[in-house]
Amino acid sequence: MRIELSKRPQHSTLFSVLSPFIALALTLVAGAIMFSLLGKNPGEALYFYFIDPLREVWSLHELAVKAAPLILIAVGLSICYLSNNWNIGAEGQFIAGAVLGSFIPVVFPGFQNWTVLPLMLIMGMAGGAAYAAVPAYLKVRFNTNEILTSLMLVYVAQLFNDWLVRGIWRNPEGMSFPGTAPFHEYAVLPAIWPDAGRAHWGIVFALVAAVVAWFMLSKTLRGFEVKVLGQSPRAGRFAGFSSSRMVFFAFIVSGALAGLAGICEVSGAVGHLNEKLSIGYGFTAIIVAFLGRLNPLGIVAAGIILALTYLGGEAAQISIGVSDKVVRAFQGMLLFFVLACDTLIHYRIRLVSALPRSKTAEA
Amino acid sequence: MKKTLLSLAAAAAVMSFGTMAAEAKVKACFIYVGPIGDFGWSYQHHQGALEAQKQLGEDNVELAYLESVPEGADAERALERFARSGCNIIFTTSFGYMDATNKVAGKFPDVKFEHATGYKREHPNVSTYNSKFHEGRYVQGVIAAKMSKAGVAGYIASFPIPEVVLGINAFMLGAQSVNPDFKLKVVWANTWFDPGKEADAAKALIDQGADIITQHTDSTAAMQVAAERGVKAFGQASDMIKFGPDTQLTSIVDNWGPYYAKRIKAVMDGNWEQSDVWGGMADGHVVMAPYTNMPDDVKKAAEDTQAKITGGFSPFTGPINKQDGTEWLKAGEVADNGVLLGLNFYVKGVDDKLPQ
Amino acid sequence: MGVIEAILLTIATAATPLLIAAIGELVVERSGVLNLGVEGMMIMGAVTGFGVALLTGSPWLGMLGGIVVGALFSLLFGFLTLTLVTNQVATGLALTLLGLGLSGMLGESFVGQPGIRLPNLHIPVLSDLPFVGGLIFGQDPIFYVSIALTAGVAWFLFYTHAGLTLRSVGDNHASAHALGINVIGIRYLAVMFGGACAGLAGAYLSVVYTPQWVENMTAGRGWIALALVVFASWRPWRVLAGAYLFGAVTIGQLHAQALGLGIPSQLLSSLPYLATVVVLVLISQNKRLTMVNTPASLGRPFVPDR
Repeated sequence: MRIELSKRPQHSTLFSVLSPFIALALTLVAGAIMFSLLGKNPGEALYFYFIDPLREVWSLHELAVKAAPLILIAVGLSICYLSNNWNIGAEGQFIAGAVLGSFIPVVFPGFQNWTVLPLMLIMGMAGGAAYAAVPAYLKVRFNTNEILTSLMLVYVAQLFNDWLVRGIWRNPEGMSFPGTAPFHEYAVLPAIWPDAGRAHWGIVFALVAAVVAWFMLSKTLRGFEVKVLGQSPRAGRFAGFSSSRMVFFAFIVSGALAGLAGICEVSGAVGHLNEKLSIGYGFTAIIVAFLGRLNPLGIVAAGIILALTYLGGEAAQISIGVSDKVVRAFQGMLLFFVLACDTLIHYRIRLVSALPRSKTAEA
Repeated sequence: MKKTLLSLAAAAAVMSFGTMAAEAKVKACFIYVGPIGDFGWSYQHHQGALEAQKQLGEDNVELAYLESVPEGADAERALERFARSGCNIIFTTSFGYMDATNKVAGKFPDVKFEHATGYKREHPNVSTYNSKFHEGRYVQGVIAAKMSKAGVAGYIASFPIPEVVLGINAFMLGAQSVNPDFKLKVVWANTWFDPGKEADAAKALIDQGADIITQHTDSTAAMQVAAERGVKAFGQASDMIKFGPDTQLTSIVDNWGPYYAKRIKAVMDGNWEQSDVWGGMADGHVVMAPYTNMPDDVKKAAEDTQAKITGGFSPFTGPINKQDGTEWLKAGEVADNGVLLGLNFYVKGVDDKLPQ
Repeated sequence: MGVIEAILLTIATAATPLLIAAIGELVVERSGVLNLGVEGMMIMGAVTGFGVALLTGSPWLGMLGGIVVGALFSLLFGFLTLTLVTNQVATGLALTLLGLGLSGMLGESFVGQPGIRLPNLHIPVLSDLPFVGGLIFGQDPIFYVSIALTAGVAWFLFYTHAGLTLRSVGDNHASAHALGINVIGIRYLAVMFGGACAGLAGAYLSVVYTPQWVENMTAGRGWIALALVVFASWRPWRVLAGAYLFGAVTIGQLHAQALGLGIPSQLLSSLPYLATVVVLVLISQNKRLTMVNTPASLGRPFVPDR
């Protein structure tokens, strides 16, 4: 037996809709098997993973807090990936945004009025965009592989942030511990409904970004340009599109969104800048982008599902003692199944008997 | 003797609690920054939790824990989940949980919070606790100066926070009490946990002439390198003798069990009160692993030093000069805890420039 | 042992796992496949290597276990990207995630146990020669394997017919297919070779470098290996030079600290990454050099026409 693919003349609309669900179902089955092997009741484990965190309002707020940065970053990445620009350094751009966005409250703590927060958000986006422009420039000017440069810059950003918050930006009243002073009230991104929970405006930005990106990709010429250049740079050039400009466009948009996610995390969820900021949102967002099949609206759903696995992982850990490593294995499996099921959209899959040639000979 | 005392305490706990145990089981919850399998910081906290549960009886204490919880936005959510899931007392075992602890404590006034290594107690239901590990490091310094032929020790440090700077200074003061010309080389690994990097740091220090290795990072890699290269080393956080049977001189063991038992017991008895505890050798928070791989006279010196500290001696007793030679403490003057907890300079003789 | 000799030995140990993993990835990329899952395959190799060595008592079996599991784990990537033609970047990332999670689960019972170290080579007289003895005759066996692997791959790629075939698949899979070459089959073999190398590199970490198992102990070395391949513009001997350069910078910054020079350690720690970016730029600037060596079909999916 072997597997043969034949390209469908057109994308299968049926499987475009079905494939994420098939993937999710397969993940649940594989997850259930994994939990049984670990000696846990699979039904109970899956309940804690996927249902329990949705039962209470405060928990839904937490879901929004966790999903906001994932969605923001992934929406930007989808534009990059659709245009064939492999930015995998969103984590670095996230940090760059957080750092530059924190500039005003840290360096000018006395400057306190309502303009501070909008300025912070703008500077956060500028920081992320500028940091993403570096691999874009290197790619356009020197033809340098952007996967590797953007990744290397993640480590540099982490170390630079570490140096800042342990050195010149350290809270003078913080007993020499790393981290800036807590932001003043004008520099804090407020919660949407403070009485109900912690969800801040980051989730609103994320939803707006997703809708705008969806509109841009599916209804505008720019979106057409993104896709054409992504699928065939040659065809794009014939159509008069500039691939250099597209590299900058994709990187700067995705950097700006990652930077916005960074400053929202610092100003909304944490309240000051510290060295523990980077916990891999930029990398997890890559999964989110693919899980959402590079469609900004799909990414919203994907971001929520991924956030749910984190919250559910905690619930399962407390209630039935499932180790936290399971979460990562789970996310890896989910992505595998999603990618595998996507094949169904573009190809027909047939199982072929191992001896096709001899059969032809007989005939 | 110790065992009898423990079982007596346990029996007392059971008796005082006895009948109402079934309905009033105390739920103690722990949040760890690393995996409980790190064999270092988080591992020892978890051991303390298990010991407390054993001491007070499984019927009286229910445990729950979350491991590898990042110290940013996730900590607040994890704590809120704990508070809502019926925890009576929550131990937050890393400095980075400080703000989250105080924030959530404000929302749940009936739940007791215990934050390790922090200094903020913004609500009456928040206590802080820490251990004077530097007392153990002073003893290590004494041993190092006696054991080292080259008169040079290597110190693998993690991050320049006061806790670590305090340890380096205490080690140096201990060593200088034996050999005033003792040298200490410091390498900042910029990680709490990366075996490869810690091993490289140990090799670099040995190559530069250190014949005693001590560390303020959590893995056992440096111990293994020391064993390979035939120099002596000190363990960290837990007893690492398995990783260097002929190498480990002693190890500072974080012993949180007694404190955890005491605090959980207080919740059971309804007399928990806010406190700020900085326990040392005398309180049983800091325990030295057996003194091994050293001649009897060194062992004697170590034991004498330990006894002196247990008897109330502070390693930071003047005269002590700062690294630049200016006077810090006059003869007989003892540094106060507030200064020590925020320490950000070296004492004289440390061969390193403190990262600022 | 002299200081210089000791430093060189430390650099060799730091460079060896990077070299092995990068050589494996080089072969994969030469066949036109980009596998970003090196970190995941390495960590699986590390946990298996440690576990097998501990349970059987033989570090050699541990190394073998790492190789086998690395190769098997890479098959997962191969099946998705080659048979199901999924996106290689995303699949590689998924492999890394899965590897980090799975290894943590598998290794839970190994934590806190001292491992068994593969002993260094010792040839009487030769190993005791001053200065060169330890460097040339007294290192761990895998060090020699890594050098032999580099030489072997360099020879295979540029001096054998099979190597030529592999490169032609990476340069233009369509015309290779037209010539009757089994593109997918060759890519499967290349991916498995890369997995085996990554597994060996991981086992090296947990059995030779620091004989113990802890979660995430690869600490990003798989990513460095990936960078080294591009850094070396897909040439085996340049991978070796790159790995040693990287090792030297890493170890050098620790020595700079121990000397008490007072340079911010974050700056020193970021030097290897900045250096990689600079070298990447310098290499890719030279169009002729890149054109000659870059596998033109790198990362492009291939579906045979019927």
